[in-house]
Amino acid sequence: MTIRATSLVVTAACLIACATVPASAQTLRYANQGNLTSLDPYTLKETTTIAHHAHIYEGLVTRDKELKIVPALAESWETLDPKHWRFHLRKNVKFHNGAPFTADDVVFSAERVRTKGSNFLSNVPADAKFVKVDDNTVDVMLDSPNPILTSQWDSWYIMNKKWCEDNDSVAPTPASATSPSYASLHENGTGPFMIESHQPGVKTVFKVNPDWWRKPEHNLKEIVFTPISSAATRVAALLSGEVDVIEPVPIQDIQRVNASDSATVMTGPELRTIFLGMDQSRDELLFSNVKGKNPFKDIRVREAFYKAVDIELIRTRVMRGLSTPSALMIAPQLFTLSKEFTRPKTDPEGAKKLLAEAGYPDGFEVTMDCPNDRYVNDAAICQAVVGMLARIGVKVDLLAQPKALYFGKVLQPGGYKTSFFLLGWTPASSDSHNVLHDIMGCRDDAKDATRGEANLGGYCNKELDALADKVLIETDSAKRDQMIKQAFEIGIKDYSYIPLHQQALAWGVSKKVKLTQRADNQVLLYWATLQP
Amino acid sequence: MLAFTLRRALQAVGVMIAVGIISFVMFRFAGDPVNQLVSIDTSAAQRAEIRKSLGLDDPVLVQFARYFADAAQFKFGVSYQFRQPVAQLLKERMPATLELASVATVLAMTFGIMIGVYTALRRNSWLAGVLQAISLIGISLPTFLIGILLIYLFAVVLGWLPSFGRGDVVRIGWWTTGLLTVSGLKALIMPSITLGLFQMTLIMRLVRAEMLEVLRTDYIRFARARGLTTRAIHFGHALKNTLVPVITVAGLQFGSVIAFAIITETVFQWPGMGLLFVQAVQSVDIPIMAAYLLVVSLIFVTINLVVDILYTIVDPRLHHTISRGA
Repeated sequence: MTIRATSLVVTAACLIACATVPASAQTLRYANQGNLTSLDPYTLKETTTIAHHAHIYEGLVTRDKELKIVPALAESWETLDPKHWRFHLRKNVKFHNGAPFTADDVVFSAERVRTKGSNFLSNVPADAKFVKVDDNTVDVMLDSPNPILTSQWDSWYIMNKKWCEDNDSVAPTPASATSPSYASLHENGTGPFMIESHQPGVKTVFKVNPDWWRKPEHNLKEIVFTPISSAATRVAALLSGEVDVIEPVPIQDIQRVNASDSATVMTGPELRTIFLGMDQSRDELLFSNVKGKNPFKDIRVREAFYKAVDIELIRTRVMRGLSTPSALMIAPQLFTLSKEFTRPKTDPEGAKKLLAEAGYPDGFEVTMDCPNDRYVNDAAICQAVVGMLARIGVKVDLLAQPKALYFGKVLQPGGYKTSFFLLGWTPASSDSHNVLHDIMGCRDDAKDATRGEANLGGYCNKELDALADKVLIETDSAKRDQMIKQAFEIGIKDYSYIPLHQQALAWGVSKKVKLTQRADNQVLLYWATLQP
Repeated sequence: MLAFTLRRALQAVGVMIAVGIISFVMFRFAGDPVNQLVSIDTSAAQRAEIRKSLGLDDPVLVQFARYFADAAQFKFGVSYQFRQPVAQLLKERMPATLELASVATVLAMTFGIMIGVYTALRRNSWLAGVLQAISLIGISLPTFLIGILLIYLFAVVLGWLPSFGRGDVVRIGWWTTGLLTVSGLKALIMPSITLGLFQMTLIMRLVRAEMLEVLRTDYIRFARARGLTTRAIHFGHALKNTLVPVITVAGLQFGSVIAFAIITETVFQWPGMGLLFVQAVQSVDIPIMAAYLLVVSLIFVTINLVVDILYTIVDPRLHHTISRGA
């Protein structure tokens, strides 16, 4: 073969190859219903935002595909004693501006995340003191043992000390900032991607960080993120191939997407638990026709409500099969002994009897508060519950409102103004203690002002609180799990809440894309591969 | 004349103040912005601190005075969700909205007049009947439905046009335009049709009615008698006299095109002021909501004012009445 012929073959081969691999093949286009409002990683603790930031920033630890805590910027760590942790930092890690990552950055970030204006105050305990040992070692001293110290550190991202100081960003942009902040429009992380351009609410372009310390699992050069708030348009954009990944897909469109040639829907149970709660603290309900007493103080009424709810019907009709009924106030993935719990059977007849025993043979009237734009089919679930309670004679007036109004009414600042409500909860720490403390703990605890702050119904059992306190400091995990189990059993025995289900995740993904779906609904594209 | 202009300007200021009061009252029912700023597990103490720093704890009258004083100087503050000055956000989004509204208006005028003239001149032909029927659809179908139907047909089924966004834009100073790139022009087609359809049918029906009216007048009959060509009569005389009210209506409608762009922009994820406003409503971002309402009402009031003044210049009879009345 002559040289000329060889070169012809090479040219031809290139022509074919070059033609089939367009330059944009490794650009992944992603659309979410929500915005990426600020690039500052300490300003908004919300799943979509945290996931966006995970592409540019990293924490000392991270969570793997099964949500296990694994090393990230910290290579390893040990507990010298229960109140003294030592973290060995990864060497040769660089921020996007080229600055090396050192212990100073960790100490600085620990300060910054706990200053006024941060939305991540609870991620790093207030009593934790960070001490630099040398450039690659940091010690953390605690006042009391904390077995789940690192459980929220996957979303506590490390920032560069010098960069923040140089750019007047030593404090996180407070929600109330009256002047624009540099860190909310620029970034300097250590993560797998860097921001190329960021137009808040319009479009954000991430490009790959060639100097990342880890070997990438993705094959992307670029991620183009566009918020598309209208669900119909988002689905159309996926079906027409203009975007590769969308989150979420509305339940009613899942079949249509799956029927198309170009895309499928990835579904799975989410970590958030949807539940119903009842006001058990007031002597008279705010919104009911029962005067002079509070029917929910009677455990038989709460049991009746629980048994009146037909969870299978909600799963099949309202959620179109896309929910996992729950017996617990925490997702089964987050508690190892969750299999030992089962939901009591639906029993409207029994519920009616219980109501009669409690002195309400003809039922009573109560108003139910419900958001209509927060959880999957939230208002429809409430509607179904109204119908189910009508069968046992309870007349429920449904007040379904946008979340801005709903939360303003039912949360602590609004004065817990609700008698009966629907709420969803994901423990930020991915640990049961958060559930036992925040939503099942007694309000008005003199020693612990934050206990029960999200306990809208005011359920209270001191026994459960005592267990929760022990759970917080128990370092033996088998013993700890038994205590958690005991605490949940108390809550169930008291009919403190009516857990409904874990709603389903629904991500629309082009058939060209391979993606890992994590149960916490973080869309992490550094695990995505895109076929040309 | 000067007195008239001054009086009109004063009225415009009155309208702006009224809009300000109404929107301020509305915000008090939109919900608590703090809930949108922080996660649900944020402690009550932190929430209280944020409320305080946003000035939401001040008495209503103090808040109102502050809001008004700032608005009068076009100081709209900082957006709660983006942490950027609202004036800058609006400035960035304005070109998209104005471009969309202008293209939609031009489309509506061009096709509205053409079809209107046709249906007036050939009012017994089958095509005129069909066009009349279609115009009914245009007037009665809601915008978002037309938008979604167009997206489904041209983006999903046929794959000709993009379903969302503005395509590539070219930056000229602080203005961004999609008119200079192919993808930008393609992205404009569906949103501008969606937005302009209502105006088009309105103009078409107006032109048709006016044209039929004018064709019955004496001077047209005399023109015919003089033996002018049909072409000259229809387009030189009849159409010209039809256009005065049409241009007035189209001008006044430009304001509502900008305002109605909210829906079109949401459906097509068009990065304009309307979309910004909708996002702001969902997250109770009061500074953006306030600024948007004021800007849009300012556009409305300005157009009205200009039209009023132009009238007195164009139509001497009106000028006469005004002088005597004043």
